[in-house]
This record gives sequence, C-alpha cells and structure tokens, in this order.
Amino acid sequence: MEFNKKIEELHERRQKLLLGGGEQAIEKQKALGKRTARERIMSLLDEDSFNEYDMFVEHDARDFDMDKKTLPSDGVVIGTGTVYGAPVAIFAQDFTVAGGSLGLMHSRKITKIIDHALKMRMPLIGINDSGGARIQEGVNSLAGYGEIFFRNTLSSGVIPQISVILGPCAGGAVYSPALTDFVFVVDNISKMFITGPEVIKTVLGEEISMEELGGARIHSEISGNAHFFAESEDECFEQIKRLITFIPWSNERKARPFDPGEPKEEYDIEKIVPEDPTLPYDVRDVIRAVVDNSDFFEIMEHYARNIVIGFGRINGQTIGFVANQPLEMAGVLDVDSSDKAARFIRYCDAFNIPIITFVDLPGYMPGADQEYAGVIRHGAKVLYAYSEATVPKITVILRKAYGGGYIAMGSRHLRADFVFAWPTAEIAVMGPEGAANIIFRKEIMLSDDPDETRKKKVEEYKEKFANPYVAASRGYIDAVIEPGETRKFLLHSITVSENKSIQMPEKKHGVPPF
Amino acid sequence: MKKFENLGTLNINANLYKTRLSSKYINRQPYKSANPRLVLSFIPGTILDIPVEPGQIVRKGEILMILDAMKMQNQIKCMMDGIVKNVLVKKGDRVSKGIVLLEME
Repeated sequence: MEFNKKIEELHERRQKLLLGGGEQAIEKQKALGKRTARERIMSLLDEDSFNEYDMFVEHDARDFDMDKKTLPSDGVVIGTGTVYGAPVAIFAQDFTVAGGSLGLMHSRKITKIIDHALKMRMPLIGINDSGGARIQEGVNSLAGYGEIFFRNTLSSGVIPQISVILGPCAGGAVYSPALTDFVFVVDNISKMFITGPEVIKTVLGEEISMEELGGARIHSEISGNAHFFAESEDECFEQIKRLITFIPWSNERKARPFDPGEPKEEYDIEKIVPEDPTLPYDVRDVIRAVVDNSDFFEIMEHYARNIVIGFGRINGQTIGFVANQPLEMAGVLDVDSSDKAARFIRYCDAFNIPIITFVDLPGYMPGADQEYAGVIRHGAKVLYAYSEATVPKITVILRKAYGGGYIAMGSRHLRADFVFAWPTAEIAVMGPEGAANIIFRKEIMLSDDPDETRKKKVEEYKEKFANPYVAASRGYIDAVIEPGETRKFLLHSITVSENKSIQMPEKKHGVPPF
Repeated sequence: MKKFENLGTLNINANLYKTRLSSKYINRQPYKSANPRLVLSFIPGTILDIPVEPGQIVRKGEILMILDAMKMQNQIKCMMDGIVKNVLVKKGDRVSKGIVLLEME
C-alpha cells in the first residue's frame, strides 16, 4: 500500500539521521567519555518528553566541495521537552557531524529554538560541543554566531538561559554561553577559550595545554566563566535539573513553590558564629540553618569563595542568598567577589526571586593589585545591583559591617526592605583597631606607653560603637534579633513582602559599571 | 563551633583575621615602582629592528625598537632624553611581556 510505503520511507530517513555522523564518529565520541547529542538530551529531559524539530535540515554551501557533502541535521539537534514537568527549549551540537561545526543552517536551527523559547516564555538549554565556525561556509558562519548572540541578549532577563559545555567551545562560540545566565562545565570534557594553545604558541611562544588554558577547573576556579562544575556528564545533568527546580520559567512568573520543611537540627544557628569578629566560620552553615530542609544550592562554589551565592527555599519559596564568607579571605569584597555577587543579584531581580543577604565583612580588599584591577568599578556593581533590585530585599547583619562594605551589602540606604542585626553585629565606619588609630592618634603618640593607650582606646571604641545599637537608634536597622529568631523573622518578611510594588524612574536602561 | 584547617592571617585595616587565604592572594605580585631607565616589552612579540646602539644619544620620542606583535609593527619610543646604556636583545629575538629590552642612562 502506498501509505505504508511512505511511513516506511519516513522511518528510513529518520533512522539514517539519528545516527548523526555515523558509527565510527560515535565510537570516537564515546572514547572521549562523551555522549552523543541526542543521548544527552534524553538524559536531561523527562522520559519521552522530547520533540525534535528540523531533523531534515541541510546546508546549501557550495564552495570547497561542500555541495557533495551531506551533514545529517547539519550538526545540531533542537527541540522542546520538559524537566520535572517544566517546559524547556533545547539544542545540542552534534560533534560527530563535521565536529559540530557551525554553519548557516546549523545556526538557523539554534536561532529558531531560541525564538521559540522567548516566544513561549520557557527556559533555554544549549549544549555546546563544537569545533567552532564551519570554515568552508566563511562569513555565513560568522553571521550565524552573531544571530545567536543577538537572541541570547534579547532573551536575557526574560527567560532563563543555561549553557552546558560538553566538549570544545572555542573562539567566537564562547560568547553565546558568556551571554547566558548559567554555564555548566564537566571535568576533562569542557574546553573554552578565545584563542587556543596553538595560536598562543605561535604568537606568544608559550606552551599550554587545552586543559590548563580553558578546562572546567580553570573556568570554575580562576576565570569565573562557569557557574557549576561536575565530575561527569551525569552529575552535570543532575545539577541542571536541580537548578530548574529553583528558577521560574520566565520573568513573568515566580519559581514553583515546594512543600515547606524545617531546617535540619544539626545546623544549630546559635553555635555557628564565634563572637570574636576575627575568627572564621562557614557562612553556608548559617544559610543551611534557615532554609527549608537545610537544602542550599550553591552557585560558583569554587570562584571568589569570599562571597557565597546560591538558592534555597523558605516556606517553599525560592530565595537568592548572598553572604560574605569569613572562612575565605575574611569575607572581604574584592574585584572577583563583587562581580560574582552583583550578577547574581541582577539575576534574582530579573526573575522575581527575593534576596536575603547575610553580612559579615571587614570591608574592601586593600592593595595595589586590587586598585589596578578596578576594585572601584567592580565594587560599584554591587551597589548598583542592590539599589536597582526591586524584589524583596532582606538583610541580616551577623557580625562585622564596616565602612563601605556595610553600605554595599544590601543596607537600608540601598532600599533594603528589612534589615535585621544580631546582638553580635558591629556596624561602624571601620574596625575598632583602625578607627582608634585614627581618632586617638595624637593621644596614643604622646602617651608614655603608646601600646597600652592604644589598647585602651580600642576597647573604648569597641564599647561605644562595635554594636548594632548606634545604627538601630537611627532606624538603619529595623530590629535587633536573637540568632535563634532569624528564620522566623525571614519567613515573616518574605510573607509580608509578597505584594511589594515599587515605581522606578522611567528610563530606557541604566548604565551600570559593567 | 566547627574547627577549620589551613587558616592564615589577613590584615585588613589593622585588624587581624583568621581565615583561609586564596591562591590568588598568596601568589599576587607585590607592587614595585617602575624604573624609568628600563624599557620593557609591553606585549609579547619578535624584535624586528633596533635602530639605536649603546652609547648613542637619543631624544624623547625617538624610535628605539620595532616590536612585531599581533600582526603589527609596534614602535617602541624613547620616553626621555638620554644615552642608550645597554641593548639587551637582538634582531629576531622573541620576547615575552615585561622583559627589559634596553637600558638608558
């Protein structure tokens, strides 16, 4: 029968395309510890939830004998599906087809799925595994990249965009991930750089391996380009799924609520923070002591560890946490930590996620290297991001809040909605030692026993100013609370700010200190 | 309270904090003021030409060297009037960034 024959033909055509670059290329991919593009999509999405589009797309390049070559699905798989029931648009570059190289039709498939995601207001997931531009297609390939970057930018702040680097991602290709919200990398598999080791060798005479130049660890620890590091593709997919549970589908929604749960008893908030402001503790334990089920999902765990960012839930609702980490570099604000915090604050603000800030910092990092690296403009990003954010902003000052650091970390003056302080809080223009040295300089200098006088003066200063009550007397702190009351106060603040509404001055957009 | 390992001391405004120190902090380059008599390579590249020699009197703005880098022939100009004391590289040398190329007096 004619009809059956047509169905058979469809099956045959599909079967051929599903093999991508063929069995040999697939074997090679597997030998590198990598899955194929379609396998990756299947591992990530809910079972049987993937609909593939544009499977039959072909390139029409003619130069360099390209007219004699067919590239199945033009080296990229696109479609829609669900993750824990949440709709997602997804593309995965197929390295088995011409090294996943990006030609015009390949890019058109990607832009098609981004347009879909933007139109349907659903998250976009891009799996990158590509040797780069398809050189045979020349400037058309560059045009393709440009069209993708443009759409990434257009979608920014409207739909969540997730990039997964599961292979090489080099040259211009790196800028699509860089424009998206979250970048996932896997050890030994991900490789990202603008110029590769060979160019570096020719131009600079320096020898460096791909892994040392742009491996997963480099981007997680040093460059800050990646947000999540995994040991394997499986672990990476679990991280992506977990992220999806914390974020909304678009900026028009809130993240899906979960069943509330109490924090675990092992995180006793009364016993985490030492009273002496110079002693360290892990601020993540404070976060775990207040979030549902003590479940804290940290972002950029290995980069600029002096600040902690991530998601948790209170009463089932997603919250973005920003916290100084006294355990690492005393929790100072510096170039990298400012950058890390500011972008996260803007993410939360764009996607209707309330922000809770835990403050305990000695100030900004001193040093010529920091000043040269632009700690002024990078530090300003934090001020900008907090000031601009209109989602509920709740700040808890745990211990030190000195100087500019106090202002920057979600203070009342940047329009925090609720500011609480523990009795251990020290809200002052600077630390007692420094302040006493300046205010009582003459007295100390002229004294018979300068060291003794300095000690006395430091004590005097501590007595008078190293507490939360001076700030509270000005109304800069709404309430001084016991550590044990923290979750109760946070929960209440979140509940009452449900309908927060703010009018910002009308503008096209601000000019943040990028 | 938990006990933590690998703690160092960080001095911020005369307060001493017990904390972990990052590798970036430990490996940072302490500041050294620049010596105006030393001419350094500002970019990695190859020395294409050296139109001056030791003992030569040069004026501010004069070309001391041509450094080929990033597909450009970069002119390295003299920042002060003076005498070339020493030329530490020769034509064809490949230099990395921050290398002393020439000494003035």
